[in-house]
Amino acid sequence: MSFVEQFRDAGPAWLAPVRRAAIQSFVDSGFPTRQNEDWHFTSTAAIAETEWVPLRDASGQVQADDLAPFMLGLDAPRLVFVNGRYTPALSALGRLPGRIRVLDLAGHWGEPIVEKYFGAFAPFGRDAFTALNTAFAIDGAVVYIPAETIVEKPIHILYVTDSEAAKGVTHPRTLIVAERHSVSTIIESYVSLGDATYFTNAVTEIQVMDGARLDHYRIERESERSYHVGTTEVRQGRDSRYHSFSFATGGALARVNLYTVLGGEGGETLMNGLYMLDGTQHIDHQTRIEHAAPNCASREVYKGIMDDASHGVFNGKVYVHPEAQKTDGKQTNNNVLLSETARADTKPQLEIFADDVKCTHGATVGRLDDVALFYLRSRGIGVELAKTLLTYAFAADVLERIDQPEVRQALEALTLERFVGGGAELVAA
Amino acid sequence: MLDIHDLHATVGEKEILRGISLSVGAGEIHAIMGPNGSGKSTLAQVLAGHPAYEVTGGSVTYDGEDLLAMDPEERAQKGLFLAFQYPVEIPGVSNVYFLRAAYNAIRKSKGLGELDPVEFLDFVEERLHLVDMDADMLRRSVNTGFSGGEKKRNEIFQMAVLEPRLAVLDETDSGLDIDALRVVADGVNKLRRPDNATIVVTHYQRLLNYIVPDFVHVLVNGRIVQSGGKELALELEAHGYAGVPA
Repeated sequence: MSFVEQFRDAGPAWLAPVRRAAIQSFVDSGFPTRQNEDWHFTSTAAIAETEWVPLRDASGQVQADDLAPFMLGLDAPRLVFVNGRYTPALSALGRLPGRIRVLDLAGHWGEPIVEKYFGAFAPFGRDAFTALNTAFAIDGAVVYIPAETIVEKPIHILYVTDSEAAKGVTHPRTLIVAERHSVSTIIESYVSLGDATYFTNAVTEIQVMDGARLDHYRIERESERSYHVGTTEVRQGRDSRYHSFSFATGGALARVNLYTVLGGEGGETLMNGLYMLDGTQHIDHQTRIEHAAPNCASREVYKGIMDDASHGVFNGKVYVHPEAQKTDGKQTNNNVLLSETARADTKPQLEIFADDVKCTHGATVGRLDDVALFYLRSRGIGVELAKTLLTYAFAADVLERIDQPEVRQALEALTLERFVGGGAELVAA
Repeated sequence: MLDIHDLHATVGEKEILRGISLSVGAGEIHAIMGPNGSGKSTLAQVLAGHPAYEVTGGSVTYDGEDLLAMDPEERAQKGLFLAFQYPVEIPGVSNVYFLRAAYNAIRKSKGLGELDPVEFLDFVEERLHLVDMDADMLRRSVNTGFSGGEKKRNEIFQMAVLEPRLAVLDETDSGLDIDALRVVADGVNKLRRPDNATIVVTHYQRLLNYIVPDFVHVLVNGRIVQSGGKELALELEAHGYAGVPA
């Protein structure tokens, strides 16, 4: 059944016209092709040519113990979705401070904040996947951090897809509103139990109001046979800080879009990320930082490690509006290829329409440093371990930038596990 | 212990070592001196197995085995150590992990058990004082952000931990002030034993005031043109390399 045949009007009255417009937009545009500049290195054919079955029910098979590997060692409030549906038995919110609200979307379409923000930042007109998500989203997480509220513990939103999900598609929709001068940390995880072929088409909308700080960790560890497209649209207020980290290791094909607009003076954006691929994996990050107000700063460091016949893509755009004077932007993307057949494409772009700005960018694609490799070997370390150490060291440089200590340790451990098989003392202070 | 016979080596198309012969016995310290570009550092790198250099002729026998047939890690496991002229920075790998990996790789090659992190920490902390370094350097990334002197001391510290049979010090004195030079030389002297040997590669005589060689060899244009006792170093200091036969 094609996406168009799947379409049904559902939800409250305000939503119906939005969904109809979204599906119409998808009908008009179709899936993007490689002629589209933003999709030059990534083919959507495998997604477009599969007849995906919409998943509507959480599997009853998943037990709390199954989720342990994805908890990042955190004792954090969590909202768990299985096969796209909120699963209260696996969720644990505990006592959240103040008037913080952490809700499942399916049960709260009538909430004023949902009506106000659903579709407010993620325009479906320019992105077919966002259009599909808007037309079909049935569940997801809604997080509302009230003004002046400081949330100590990270809030973990966990989207799990299990082995019953073969040929299934979910459209998780996440909405995060961080009111003025609030401080919070949100982790959004996409993970698999089993190795089913399925398609996750996620959209996250985030508003970081004046003076607020939001640390946002996006972790994509889906099955190596899965397909993942995730778009995050952020809007930042005056003096706001949005710090994001994208950790992506999963999927046959994963496309991560991360867009922010610095809409008020004095805002700050940090976008860091690490992608690690092997086999025939394809992971594509597309980031855009839009400086729409003066005196804002953005920093971006993405690192990629490609092994076997995998293909990593980074396309980062920094766009400076004419009024965004005194913009301070720095963007870096470094890639290391571990095999002859691995491939990396990187395209950092600056588009500057203001005259008093300081913006730099740089990108590299290379192999492990021969001199460092010889140095390690000259101390008796075998060539395989030496390569592993250098690969980990390459990744560690960006992991070290994670502010939240527990999340940093968890992601360092995941990276170590992948390359070294443990050994926490490797991590330099 | 080490027999180098008519060694030739090239980098790219260029021949740098043009027939070097040298024998080093247990307990001996040999100094190799020579002007810039004479091939001193190349000799050190070739002994350690740097893949950028191609050996085009001659032989190197180490404890009766063909050294040139061994991978760099195998040479290290058999007790060869090169103190680098330019120690390499490895951001993201802590000194202590690096050293333990090296130490355990060497132990493993000898059929010995590996030390766990706690045992290893006790062992290395005791060695730190040898080069006057603080324990907090163990947690820092290998050579990252180290001053020139700290990097050189770290090389000698690694030597103190790995306890090589044959140490090759490649311009370990370059870039050191006199205090750091003393610390480094003291470390080397304390590690000296009747069953190990040291080759000191240097441009200047200065280091040899502190590490006193048994033999001095002068390398010019890829060949040893003169050999003698420690007094040869003083002559070179007084008259420069201009006076040596080319």
